[in-house]
Formats: sequence, C-alpha cells, structure tokens
Amino acid sequence: MTQETILEARNLSKAFGGLVAVDNVNIQIRKETMHAIIGPNGAGKTTLFNLLSGVMPVTQGRVLFKGEDITSLPPHKRAHLGIGRSYQITNIFPNLSVLENIRLAAQAKGKDNFKLFSKADDFQQYIDKSVEVIDTVGLSGREFFLARDLPHGEKRKLELGIMLACDPELLLFDEPTAGMSSEQVPELINIIRKVVQQKSRTAILVEHRMDMVMSISDVITVMNQGRVLAEGSPHEIAKNEQVQIAYLGDLYGELT
Amino acid sequence: MTENINPKKNRFLTNFQDERIILVFLVLLIAFPFVMNLITGTGLNEGVTKFWQGQFIVFFIMAVFAMSYDLLMGYGGILSFGHAASFGGGAYTFALLMKHWAPNFMSNYRIMVGSINITEAIVLIFVFLAVLLISILIGLLFSATSVRLKGAYFAMLTLALGSALYILVKATDFHQWTGADEGLHGVPVPLWLNPTQNRLTIYFISLIFMFVCYMVMKRMVNSPTGRVIIANRENEDRMRMIGYNPVVYRTIAFVSSSIFAGLAGALYSIWNTSASPTMISAVMTINALIMTILGGIGTLIGPILGAAIMQTISQFFYTWFGARWPLVFGILFILIVMFLPYGIVGTWRLKRLDVKNGWKRITGMLSRKE
Ligand SMILES: Nc1ncnc2c1ncn2[C@@H]1O[C@H](COP(=O)(O)OP(=O)(O)OP(=O)(O)O)[C@@H](O)[C@H]1O
Ligand SMILES: [Mg+2]
Repeated sequence: MTQETILEARNLSKAFGGLVAVDNVNIQIRKETMHAIIGPNGAGKTTLFNLLSGVMPVTQGRVLFKGEDITSLPPHKRAHLGIGRSYQITNIFPNLSVLENIRLAAQAKGKDNFKLFSKADDFQQYIDKSVEVIDTVGLSGREFFLARDLPHGEKRKLELGIMLACDPELLLFDEPTAGMSSEQVPELINIIRKVVQQKSRTAILVEHRMDMVMSISDVITVMNQGRVLAEGSPHEIAKNEQVQIAYLGDLYGELT
Repeated sequence: MTENINPKKNRFLTNFQDERIILVFLVLLIAFPFVMNLITGTGLNEGVTKFWQGQFIVFFIMAVFAMSYDLLMGYGGILSFGHAASFGGGAYTFALLMKHWAPNFMSNYRIMVGSINITEAIVLIFVFLAVLLISILIGLLFSATSVRLKGAYFAMLTLALGSALYILVKATDFHQWTGADEGLHGVPVPLWLNPTQNRLTIYFISLIFMFVCYMVMKRMVNSPTGRVIIANRENEDRMRMIGYNPVVYRTIAFVSSSIFAGLAGALYSIWNTSASPTMISAVMTINALIMTILGGIGTLIGPILGAAIMQTISQFFYTWFGARWPLVFGILFILIVMFLPYGIVGTWRLKRLDVKNGWKRITGMLSRKE
C-alpha cells in the first residue's frame, strides 16, 4: 500500500431532477488498495460509479485520475487510461460466445482495431490473453457457449472477465456477487482478491455482503443518501456508531 | 490452460459451409447461360437464354444491395429506412455523369496510350470514383445523424433523409439534369457494357461483382473491426466501457455499407441504362429489408437467397396472380416471418423449425383485443 492517490472525486454531485443521488462527495482512492464503498440501497453507489467511469455527465465537481482531470472524458477514453468497470446488472454481449466477449475486451487496447480485411481470429495474442482471463475467472470449458446461455453465476464471472481482459489499473466492481447464491460467493471473492493483488492493481468495490467487505478491503467508505457518512479501516467502520445506526447495525450485527 | 483454443475450428465463429455452398453456386451460375444455350438451342444473346440472364443480373445486383443492408442492420444493428439513398445515389451519380459529362468530355479530349484510345476507360474509372465518393458522403451523412439519435427516432430520421433525396431527384427545378419524375433515360454506356447488345458481359460482371462483394463483406464481418461493429449491435454501453468509441464503428459500418449499395446502384443504372426515382425511394429500402429478413438477418448468404426468392417470385407470381401478386406475396411474407423468424438461412443454421411458435404467434395476433 502506498500513499499515492490514483483516483480522486472532488465535490462530486449528480442530481436527477430534484433527487440528488450523489451529493458533494469527496473521496480519494490510494494506489494498490482495495477500497470498499458500502451503503444502503439507493445510497448513490452505482451513480457514483457512473460518474467515475464517465457514463453520466456530472452535475458538479471533478474527477481526477492520476492527477489528471478526466471529468469530461468519455468512457472509452477512460478505459484507455486504465479504468475498468463491471456492472451490478450483468452487462455482456449476449449473442456472442464467452470467448468473443472477452476477446473483444482484450482487443480494445491493441493496435488492430482498424484492420478491416484481416481475420480477427488470426490475432493469436488476443486469444491467448482471453484464454488466460477465462482461466482466471473460472470459465474454462465455457469458451464457446453463448453468453446468454450461461447460468447467472457464470454470467457474473464473465462480467468480471470482460473488465479484466482490458487489463485496467483501476477496477470498479459494482456488486460483483449480485444475485449469486452464498455458495458461489467465496470463489468470486478469491478471484477478486487474486486479480487485484496479483498485478498490484487498485480496486473500488461496491458490495452488500459485509463479511466479504470486512475481510478483503483496506479502506471502507460508507455512503448514505448520496453523501459520505464515514471512512476508515474495516475495524474503524465496524466500531463507528453513526454507521451502525444508519446502516451497519442490522447487517453486521447478524454476523458477529 | 489445459487445451489450446482454436476458434477457427468452432461453429459459433466461422461457417465453412457457406464458402462451399457459394462456390458450388458460382460454378452453376457461370455455366448457366451456356447450359441454357445448349438445352434451348437459343443463342447466348437471344430468346429465353438472354431473358434469363437479365433476370439473374437483377438478382445479382439486388443481392449486393440486400447484403449491404444486412451489413448495416444484421451486423451493425442499425435499422435505417434510408438505405436506398446510397443505392439511388450511386445510380444517379453514374447516370448524371455518363449522360451530361462523359459525352462532352469524350468529344473534346482523346487520351491515347500508343495507338489505343483509352478515353472511355478513363471516363468509366472516373465515374466510378465519383460513385464511390458520393456513396462515402451519403454514408457519412447518415452516420452523422446516428451520433445523437437512437432507436425509433433515428429510424425516423433516416426515413426523412432518404425521402429528402427522393424529393430532390423528383424536383422539377432540376428537370433538365435529373429528368425529375421520369428520371434519366438512355444513359449512354460503352458498347461493350451495353445490356442489349452484350448481355453476357453484364451477366458476368454482375456475377463477379456479387461474388466479390460477398467475399469482401464476409471478410469484413470477421475482421477485428467487424467484430467490434457486431459488439456495437450487441451492447453499446459495454462496448464503450471496454474502450471502443461507438460513433467511429457505426461510421465505418455506414460508410462501407453505403459503398456496396452505391456500387450496386451504379451497376443497376448500367443495366437499365437509366436512373429513376424508384431506385432512391423507400420502396427500394423496404425491398432490401424484405430480402434480408426472408433470407436471414446477419448471415450475408441469407440476403443473397432472399434476393433470388424475390426475383423468382416477382417473375412467377405476376404470371400466376396478375396484378394482385403483391398481396399474395405479402401473405407469404407474413407466414415466413411467423414460422421462420430467423429467415431461411438463420433457421437452417439453428436446425430448428419454429412451427409451433408460429401458430402461437398467429393465433396470438388474431385474438389480440384492444
Ligand atoms: N438514471 C437515473 N435517473 C433517475 N434517478 C436515478 C437514476 N439512477 C439512479 N437514480 C436514483 O438515484 C438514487 C441512487 O441510486 P443508485 O443506483 O446510485 O444507488 P445504489 O447505492 O447503487 O443502490 P443499490 O444498492 O440498490 O444498487 C436512487 O434513488 C435512484 O432511484
Ligand atoms: Mg447500485
């Protein structure tokens, strides 16, 4: 863990009409940390991700990546800078094979995107990369399944695989375990832990499963109604009274 | 990593059967005029042999037009109702230049290589370059509209743009150039390209044109760029998030599709020695849509089949049903859409007939109450 900041949100706000989904959020993500963002439903976590990844224009404030202002940069340019994102609601290429889903992501940063008359499958480097990613997320054997035919748990793995194949420096995980059964969760946590630590990447993790959050994150930010309620180590957050009242009480209480 | 993944061996990614089928057809089509000639005893440039060459020429050209539509709709997921603008644009560019510019040029200049007069060849090359340029511009125009608009709004705008061009060629203000309602007739084409005197030449040119276009498009949809265009159809949000700019890839889809359509239009103009407003009208786009749906969206070979069926049907249905043939065709088309929702080629590939669901769709449609 270093002290260097990789991503920063300054006074970031997003309003949908009268509803302020993200309200003056200041957050600093330090390099090579696993930074969790928790908060009740509707707290604005996904909206914050949308602002950080550039899917939505901000209402106010700035986003800085490695000190560079990226507030008005479109998502595809942020992807090239090294920001990857996975979605809470599975967002894949449904009628393409698992391999092609991931191969597309692997191809994105290469120099071959504008080769109109060569065969995509002849670029072995992207296929090798994809096979590696498929192996990492545990989808080996599923290469030629259509994405839409996968069971939910495997779709979630594919969701991660697509992000990983882009080889981002900063990974935004939006509830990677959403909709998974408890038996499937540990495997996914291990995958996340592995891919983040392996290449000394940085990750922001939005997650509802508190046991998972507490065990793998270095820093936790708690959001409520668009605002940052508290920030600290898992230990500090677990002890924080305000947090317990607003959110953690019932959830974390059950576990301890 | 236990085994080596070879996507080339997988049926989801490539379809070798297509290539084999298309080669067989190519051989049959090359032989066709000569076989006709042997069987019927009519000369290559007369009677039924000549007539059927004409039918096939239209089929070849329409197949390219339909494939270009499939490239846009089936692979790019872009539903444009103004695609005929490219086809008609190509036809009009060719006809206008050949009629108003080429004769002047050829009477004033004579370009010789040794003792061979190549003026005509130069003129043809120039005119086709102009067709290419106009097709690219039309492609860019349409893709510019897709930057901000999505779905139905976009489809409406393409219809409006297409109609604008249709109105433009019909405008009486430009009658002396475009022939307005009647279009341009008696477009002078070089003798060796003359569809009445040298039909066999046009037959082979169109056949090769279709074959080459198929090969090129097939290659394109399997290229790195083509795969991203398909990804754009599948999920634009995700495509953007992994680092592709959708606008760029949509533009490539539009422009390449427009080029194929424009070239087909120019060839159609040679075949008819004319260009008329119908070639640029929405009806023309709908024809491409029907051919593509009939054959199978996103298959390339499907639109070729669709074009063949359309051509055959419009020929025989007219003799069978007279002026009412479109009605019969309409009903047939609805049945095909109901029972073969993936088109003929699509259904063939899925190896599954959807008869049961077809009935459900029909009864569902009939019993729907407001
Ligand atoms: N596109 C949108 N238009 C209007 N309102 C929106 C939009 N997206 C989110 N909201 C609203 O903003 C608030 C925050 O939503 P958001 O999805 O960011 O919450 P979240 O913290 O991700 O919740 P969850 O844990 O359920 O995923 C909610 O009240 C939601 O209804
Ligand atoms: Mg959310």
